[in-house]
Amino acid sequence: MRFRFPEMLALAVVCTGTCGCTRERRDLSDVPPSASIPRLTPSQYDRQYQSNAYAMSQGKHLFEWFNCVGCHAHGGGSIGPALMDADWIYGDDPQSIYQTILGGRPNGMPAFNGRISQTQAWQLVAYVRSLSGQASKSASPSRSDSLQLKEAEQSQPRQQMQPAAPASSQHQ
Amino acid sequence: MANRNFLRAICAALVIVSAQVEAQSSPGEWTIPARDYANTRYSELTEVDNNNVGRLKLSFTFSSGVLRGHEAAPIVADSTMFVVTPYPNVLYALDLTRPGVPMKWRFQPKPLPASQGVACCDVVNRGAAYSGGKVFFNTLDGQTVAVDAHSGREIWRVRLGNINKGESMTMAPLVVKDKVLVGNSGGEFGVRGWLTALDSNTGRVLWRAYSTGPDAEVLLGPDFHPFYSQDRGTDLGMKSWPGDAWQRGGGTVWGWISYDPELNLIFYGTGNPGPWNAEQRPGDNRWTAGIFARDADTGQARWFYQMSPHDLFDYDGVNECILLDLDIKGSRRKVLAHPDRNGFLYLIDRTRGEVLSAKPFVNVNTISSIDLQTGRPQYVEAKRPVPGQTVHGICPHAAGGKDWQPSAYSPLTRLIYIPHQNLCQDEEVRPANYIAGTPYVGANVKMFAGAGGYRGAVTAWDPSSERAAWEVHEKFPVWSGALTTAGNLVFYGTMDGWFKALDAQTGRLLWSFKAGSGIIGQPTTYRGPDGKQYVAVLAGVGGWAGGVVSGKLDTHDSSAGNGWGSAMGDLPAHTNLGGMIYAFSLP
Repeated sequence: MRFRFPEMLALAVVCTGTCGCTRERRDLSDVPPSASIPRLTPSQYDRQYQSNAYAMSQGKHLFEWFNCVGCHAHGGGSIGPALMDADWIYGDDPQSIYQTILGGRPNGMPAFNGRISQTQAWQLVAYVRSLSGQASKSASPSRSDSLQLKEAEQSQPRQQMQPAAPASSQHQ
Repeated sequence: MANRNFLRAICAALVIVSAQVEAQSSPGEWTIPARDYANTRYSELTEVDNNNVGRLKLSFTFSSGVLRGHEAAPIVADSTMFVVTPYPNVLYALDLTRPGVPMKWRFQPKPLPASQGVACCDVVNRGAAYSGGKVFFNTLDGQTVAVDAHSGREIWRVRLGNINKGESMTMAPLVVKDKVLVGNSGGEFGVRGWLTALDSNTGRVLWRAYSTGPDAEVLLGPDFHPFYSQDRGTDLGMKSWPGDAWQRGGGTVWGWISYDPELNLIFYGTGNPGPWNAEQRPGDNRWTAGIFARDADTGQARWFYQMSPHDLFDYDGVNECILLDLDIKGSRRKVLAHPDRNGFLYLIDRTRGEVLSAKPFVNVNTISSIDLQTGRPQYVEAKRPVPGQTVHGICPHAAGGKDWQPSAYSPLTRLIYIPHQNLCQDEEVRPANYIAGTPYVGANVKMFAGAGGYRGAVTAWDPSSERAAWEVHEKFPVWSGALTTAGNLVFYGTMDGWFKALDAQTGRLLWSFKAGSGIIGQPTTYRGPDGKQYVAVLAGVGGWAGGVVSGKLDTHDSSAGNGWGSAMGDLPAHTNLGGMIYAFSLP
């Protein structure tokens, strides 16, 4: 079967409509900050944040704006641990990272509850996971506006995560 | 005593003498990290010398139980060795009179775990100080503690810093008369720097001198007579800042304090202004990145000199001030020698704050010269960080020509032994937001080795000819302190774990020992109860330069550890975590 130009164009438009628009979807409604984890199904999280270029681009901006970069550098770590490797003290799953950001952790991670909204927190979660290659490649940031310090998030190899310890026996 | 007078005579004959070779302790002891009030780190002990040091052998070890950067000095008083560890700041007392040097007691201050999150450059501690049967030290979470040296029991403790504002404490206290002098850390967190004097018997705050703000809070009164005109005026600690930026302007006091009993003045440097991004703080940003001379009793300032007005590169002014009496242009001057982060070694008249000379001891391309008429550095415009641009090849880098690691001065060789790094950086400034308790920096930095390719060095600087007598290069930054002895020796450690002894005159390597972890501590020497001379050092890699190992940083990111990621990627292949005292003696 051979496609002629108009048919190919139509196909391209349909593809862009289905794939591209999901990637670029922007949910601009927001909810007040809360330390309790909001109900968000894995598919909702994936659709709204982890496969969404806008959300992760926002996350990248917020990562610098809220001084995450001051402690974690651009993923390599500094005062706080590296976020681009496979070691996650408090868990690498989206819920754990959300809780880490809003509630803080005892060894120095400050709580951002009251400083950022839920949407911003999820955007940060998605971006933080992209640092270790755990987000959709097509949606992860492909460039930086700043000095070239490392490979773009999009090119970051997916790290093999350690299985999370049961919550009750988590150390530190 | 006769021996001591003889030594004094020799020193006098050598024309140049250290103001305070006679420490407040006996020659066999080492009671404060810098050894004496003049901060010479020079010991009169001669049993170990440049002829027999090759036979130096390990005598005992002791594990600190902590695996972060060990920057402290093992101090010795009353036949006991005292060591304070990095966070959680455990203070150990070791009994030097018994075989194997067992633990006498340990004191655990239990600092807040969250303080680890406001320690810019690893959770280090630079040591304890012994005075009159008490041991004084600071905890990472901002407390000063006094412990009974005999029993290990707490005498008092006082909380001075607030970690929720980003304040921590890492420096070693200095005891002058009945006062314990301590300062805060947190120059990368938008804190307001201060030096505080505490009553050594009770811990009561006697005075506090801020590094920014109104004159009344900086303790600038009628006795304040700065040498240079730009430092004269009212409330310059507010007026040289935009708006209320002085309230989070840094100038922390985390380095070394010297004391001249004759002048009754203390001398210390103030840290970098915050944030690093200088575009956010137009003005000279007083009284950051400079040196204060203050009355030791009242804290009232006598003079101030600013090495880096409107600092552009995180060039803290906290490095040691070594008090020397030097012949300069035919007349004897009371001098303060200060090897600064900005790469210049300053000789300053310590009676009045006049810069007598300033010469670079490393490759410097950010400052063309220091104008001795005005005291001001001439900044090189091409290296000034501007928003939206990356400035390449800034030398020295943010940690400076040298950082906290203290130099030593020998009155025998008349040389200053400077442990330092040889690093440059690319930098781009970014807007910094102030959020209390989080970093306030605003810069992306990428560090790399300077000309020559080596990253560290020990330079023997001759202050009379104002040039290096010799220089020894090291693969990694030399982040340990230096020690020099009347045995004509210089000791220092390397980040890949070598503890080395050099001939103080020539710099020739005479002895070395490979420790289990990189060395960033301050070596000390003392005479044990058995009459023998010992040399001691803490191994345990870390600190700002060693965060790649101690903080398990991922160096795929050049900016890891505030820019060290690109410079130290090979460190984990050369050393590992550790925390161990090593003490050596002749067999």
